[in-house]
Amino acid sequence: MNRISKAGKERFARGNQETRKPKQFRSFLVSWIPDCLLTFSCVPVFLIHTVSAADVLIGSKKFTESYVLGEIAKRTLSDAGIPAEHRQGIGGTIILWEALRGGQIDAYPEYAGTIATEILKSDSNLSLDEIRYSLEKLGVGMTAPLGFNNTYALVMRRSEGQRLGIRTISDLQRYPELKFGLTHEFLERQDGWQPLRQRYALPQQNIIGIDHALGYSALANGSIDVKDAYSTDAKIEENDLVVLEDDLHFFPKYQAVFLFRSSTRADAIAALRRLEGTLDETRMIRLNAEAERTKNYAKGANLYFDVGAAPRTSGHSAPFPLGDSFPRKLVRWTLRHLQLAGFSLLLSIIVGIPLGIVASRGGAFGHVILGFAGVVQTIPSLALLALLVPLPFFGISVRTAIAALFLYGLLPIVRNTATGLQDIPRSLRESAVALGLSPIARLWKIYLPIASRSILSGIKTSAVINIGTATLAALIGAGGLGEPIISGLNLNDDVTILEGAIPAAVLALLVQWCFDFLDRVLIPKGLRL
Amino acid sequence: MSALVKLEDVSKRYDDAIALYPTSLSVESGKTTMLIGPSGCGKSTLLRLIIRLIEPDSGSIELNSKPVTPDNINALRRRIGYVIQEGGLFPHLTARANVLLMARHIGESEEETHNRLLELCELTRFSQNLLPRYPVELSGGQRQRVSLMRALMLSPELLLLDEPLGALDPLVRVSLQKDLKEIFTSLGQTVLFVTHDLAEAIYFADQIVLMNESRIIQKGTITDLRERPADPFVSEFINAQRGIASV
Repeated sequence: MNRISKAGKERFARGNQETRKPKQFRSFLVSWIPDCLLTFSCVPVFLIHTVSAADVLIGSKKFTESYVLGEIAKRTLSDAGIPAEHRQGIGGTIILWEALRGGQIDAYPEYAGTIATEILKSDSNLSLDEIRYSLEKLGVGMTAPLGFNNTYALVMRRSEGQRLGIRTISDLQRYPELKFGLTHEFLERQDGWQPLRQRYALPQQNIIGIDHALGYSALANGSIDVKDAYSTDAKIEENDLVVLEDDLHFFPKYQAVFLFRSSTRADAIAALRRLEGTLDETRMIRLNAEAERTKNYAKGANLYFDVGAAPRTSGHSAPFPLGDSFPRKLVRWTLRHLQLAGFSLLLSIIVGIPLGIVASRGGAFGHVILGFAGVVQTIPSLALLALLVPLPFFGISVRTAIAALFLYGLLPIVRNTATGLQDIPRSLRESAVALGLSPIARLWKIYLPIASRSILSGIKTSAVINIGTATLAALIGAGGLGEPIISGLNLNDDVTILEGAIPAAVLALLVQWCFDFLDRVLIPKGLRL
Repeated sequence: MSALVKLEDVSKRYDDAIALYPTSLSVESGKTTMLIGPSGCGKSTLLRLIIRLIEPDSGSIELNSKPVTPDNINALRRRIGYVIQEGGLFPHLTARANVLLMARHIGESEEETHNRLLELCELTRFSQNLLPRYPVELSGGQRQRVSLMRALMLSPELLLLDEPLGALDPLVRVSLQKDLKEIFTSLGQTVLFVTHDLAEAIYFADQIVLMNESRIIQKGTITDLRERPADPFVSEFINAQRGIASV
């Protein structure tokens, strides 16, 4: 899924809107899992540091444009003397909306079409006034459009477009051999590929689903000819692409606005309103491009003030942190990674060993335990996260990541405990019984020590699996070394990927060594001779 | 003569296979009773029924005239020593820890157990220097001596031996046979000893119990078996063993 890859807590994510998706036509199942994935975007700060001194809390979605708009709002409020804080990249539409309604944030940038379809569950043709009226009843206010319209578009290489004489989407009809690389989201959306193809009677058969960021590379190297994009996507300019004109007016309008709680202090609302009409598409593309070029969205936001309003205070210190140094980030990622993997491993051990003991006795219950642990293992890690996210108590949180890792770590421990115990020769079991040891003493003094090698190797397997799988925790904003990996994937930036991948690999090796050492300490000497 | 162990119509079957037909047997106190017979004749089953590694389907087992039940078996097991062919030593424990396991478990004093350990080392001719070793570091014969020490640690009333010498090479076997016999005599130990080797049975036996096809065929001395066989199988068994011996 396109969303998955972009859901990391990267601050420089590409411009990409993820959440305008009327999709009533989809079957329950098809829609449900993507919905869960949709919510895979959140930073831990949102959950962990919920106490703030700032008067106004700005939220943003997890893509460049939203970050940049959030920064702009924050600086606008700060400049107006209103203490404001920007909680970056909290998640997707529903998460932001719920956060707004729940009072965890006071304002965030949104798109009119998304509000109509996703929040109000209406159709995308609602007028702005109708939207505003409906929102007011929910205690939420909306600014007038900021100026630009960020909607879906089809793009292709400018040179190719000129060579074939393609200017509009209708022109594509004449070239059935063109290869399309579309994001999975676009392929599924009600305002996406299927109805678009019908409306324009597009004949192309060669359609593949591809990640949004990877799609740009594929487009650049000619693997695909046409892809979906967003009209303010910085990559359009960067890659010298051309937006095909939507000559049949298929795509709905997505004008950017700010949503805010009606109870927000009046001067803050007034400050946000000053942003109305100040950002046209060209400008937004430039801000996005600047944020992506410098890999710092705060710089993109600064550009708004530099070019737009004259700086009121010259030489003021940059209000936007430029980020930690790499070593500090590395330490933070690694600690969080160890925290995730370690805590979940501990839970797996605490739960897995007793379950393994029960399972070793066979019987229906034992089979159920092994069966359950086995089935959990066969669920792809992403799907497991997706299944947990909608459950109460879990949601987008570190808890969910730990719970998923815990479930993953369970099987090796349960199975190795069970087989370790079952592999104890009958003669030894019977000797323990014949001596007159109580069942508990047999277990503690005889069976578990004899099975210790097998149990420990199960724990080791779990630990290594957890170190690897914990990189996915970044998808639900739980942090760890997956952060740079996912950011790197989104940015198509190998260096950033390696910043996470190498430490993760090193960590896995270290854990392996650690356990080799533990083997020597924990496995009784008599079993190692 | 009092019977330390008394089995009355004890039987066991697994699904379709009869492991033991209803069987009665008395093991005399202070005597060595040898259970002999071909493989699969039910002799080990009988032993395992006494120490309750398997539950009998019918009949009763008494130890010291008290019925053995699932409730009291764990206490009774501490008064029974049990040695099997593989020794059954726990690989993660040293020889010393194996021997002292139960004594420590029931909280006997260190000093007392230590003295008892030294006594047993002497009795079983096991070098104290080997006590810190793990089972894998010991020879087969040494392992069986440790196993015997473990069985004797709590001074059991009854010693159950299930082919304890079966896996040893002949020289070690002979030396252990001699030592065992001395030990039984010096302790006045009641022993129920399973073997498939007639010579071994004759060497140890106060009473020989010959089994075949899940039932007892004849009980008595070797003379009884030779001269007054209860069944053609008895003569057949004795002659077969003699035949091999004479080769």
